[in-house]
Amino acid sequence: MTGAAPARVAKHRPPLARRLRRLAADAGFGLAVLALVSPAVLVFLWMLSLSLKTELDNTAWPPVFVPDPPTLDNYREVFARNDFLLYAWNSVVVSFSATGFALLVGVPAGYGIAKMRAIRAAALILIARITPGLSYLIPLFLLFQWLELTGTLVPIVISHLVITVPIVVWVMISFFEGLPGELEEAALVDGATLWQAFRHVALPLARPGITVATILAFIFSWNNFVFAMVLAGRETRTLPVAVNNMLTFEQIAWGPLSAAALLVTLPVLLLTLVAQKQIVAGLTAGGVKGA
Amino acid sequence: MPRDAAILAGPAEAAAPRRRPNYARRYAWFVVPAAVVVVAVILFPWLFTLYVSAHDWHLGGARRWVGLENYQKLFSDARFGWAVARTLLYTALAVVLPMLLGLAAALCFHRRFPLRGLARTVFILPMMATPVAVALVWTMMFHPQLGVLNWLLSQVGLPPSLWVYSADTVIPTLVLVEVWHWTPLVMLLILGGLASLPTDPYEAARIDGATAWQAFRHITLPLLLPFIVVALIIRTIDALKAFDTIYVITQGGPGQASETINIFLYLQAFAFYNVGYASAVVVVFFAIIMLLAALLLWTRQRVKVT
Repeated sequence: MTGAAPARVAKHRPPLARRLRRLAADAGFGLAVLALVSPAVLVFLWMLSLSLKTELDNTAWPPVFVPDPPTLDNYREVFARNDFLLYAWNSVVVSFSATGFALLVGVPAGYGIAKMRAIRAAALILIARITPGLSYLIPLFLLFQWLELTGTLVPIVISHLVITVPIVVWVMISFFEGLPGELEEAALVDGATLWQAFRHVALPLARPGITVATILAFIFSWNNFVFAMVLAGRETRTLPVAVNNMLTFEQIAWGPLSAAALLVTLPVLLLTLVAQKQIVAGLTAGGVKGA
Repeated sequence: MPRDAAILAGPAEAAAPRRRPNYARRYAWFVVPAAVVVVAVILFPWLFTLYVSAHDWHLGGARRWVGLENYQKLFSDARFGWAVARTLLYTALAVVLPMLLGLAAALCFHRRFPLRGLARTVFILPMMATPVAVALVWTMMFHPQLGVLNWLLSQVGLPPSLWVYSADTVIPTLVLVEVWHWTPLVMLLILGGLASLPTDPYEAARIDGATAWQAFRHITLPLLLPFIVVALIIRTIDALKAFDTIYVITQGGPGQASETINIFLYLQAFAFYNVGYASAVVVVFFAIIMLLAALLLWTRQRVKVT
């Protein structure tokens, strides 16, 4: 709207009053955008600020906003204790396994459902999206106890499939439905099997869709809290659980707590900044979100 | 139209012509591995939950078949009743506010302006951030003596608030976090709708001399309605299911002032180890969610007819 204006202005200048009104409207719009983005910016900046200050500054009144001088002591403290690296490794193992396994079963499933136009199968996935994550935990908890798997990462990875598989299937259905079928049909006419047509024709074309599915499944698995909170033992906690436990035991150690919280969410924030386009496309296509 | 919308709209799409009917059945093999996983981690838990809910079952203790007794107990449990009421209040607030803000934000981001891409990315950061990490920062900001929010209030001349530390303010405060967290998803769903709108009606309206408000009221809003309803349904379901931030910030407190159904369920199952009773809660909770989703769908069908 603002971009089109100058060309016309050059020909015959509109009266001053109208230009002023337009300027005021633009300023108002700018303020509105600022008001929309500032809550996000301020919370993350405050998180960063808390993590770079000493405990004295963090509990000062009035609050100290800019760390002066900034200190990395909080980060050192986080890495020095609490088995932070172990929990980080757990999170990496869980999120990568759950995402990888979901891709393995979910991409062909999305393809099959799209080809069969099986709207009912898709609706079943929707039910999984509706059910609260906690609902799955009682039976899974009893099952893993009975199988004596508690104390390993296996139950956590399996429970995360509840999140990742529906996301992958969901995104892949809408992606494969958007692909033209002619190329595969040509391959089938040339004597390829259904699997070959999928593996060598459809799959390479589906790479952008797979990227979207991978990113979303990974993020929602990484962010998940409730599954690991119930299923994890001391050694098998994921990062969100470990960070939450820091609050329970150290009410007022705000510096290390903020540093740890920032470290947990940093990979996801960076991924969002880098892959913003894919994330937006995936979310608007399905309205998916973790259980 | 988003996939959710396609499915929520009903079987209309299923009527689309099948391109290769002779292959349709053989494609089923592609779905088998995922179907096995879905049966194991989604369907099995569901059936098992029904089974457990018919027992007086304590973790590590004896179990006894009681039929529907858990459900009877649940419906006369005042604590559960309050949890339902709180959940409905929380949901109402956590749906209406993000919907209004999300619609406004989508209309803003639909216009072209410098740095729009960056602004949009920053705007959606909250919903991608790890809920626990974000909840911890909010907890620190809510601190009545040292929190930055009370300092901000004092700067604009308002009295300090107890935020999550008072039974009167805890629900609105938690809704504030929810609004911050999930308005971006509503914005994205509606923005996707805006991008798909045709331009012709607007040109016709301009020629006819319609004002911007009239164009919005009589063109944008009706065309956008299906997307708004999808966003509304998704937001309602998510608000009903809210757990992470509430659990991290208050654990249902102070007292039981922010104990929603989900928190009640968690406490029954994993604090009191009363898994039989908790399973009944799961079933009733799911029924409530389905009921509200169906209600919204029904409203949508009615809106479409008129």
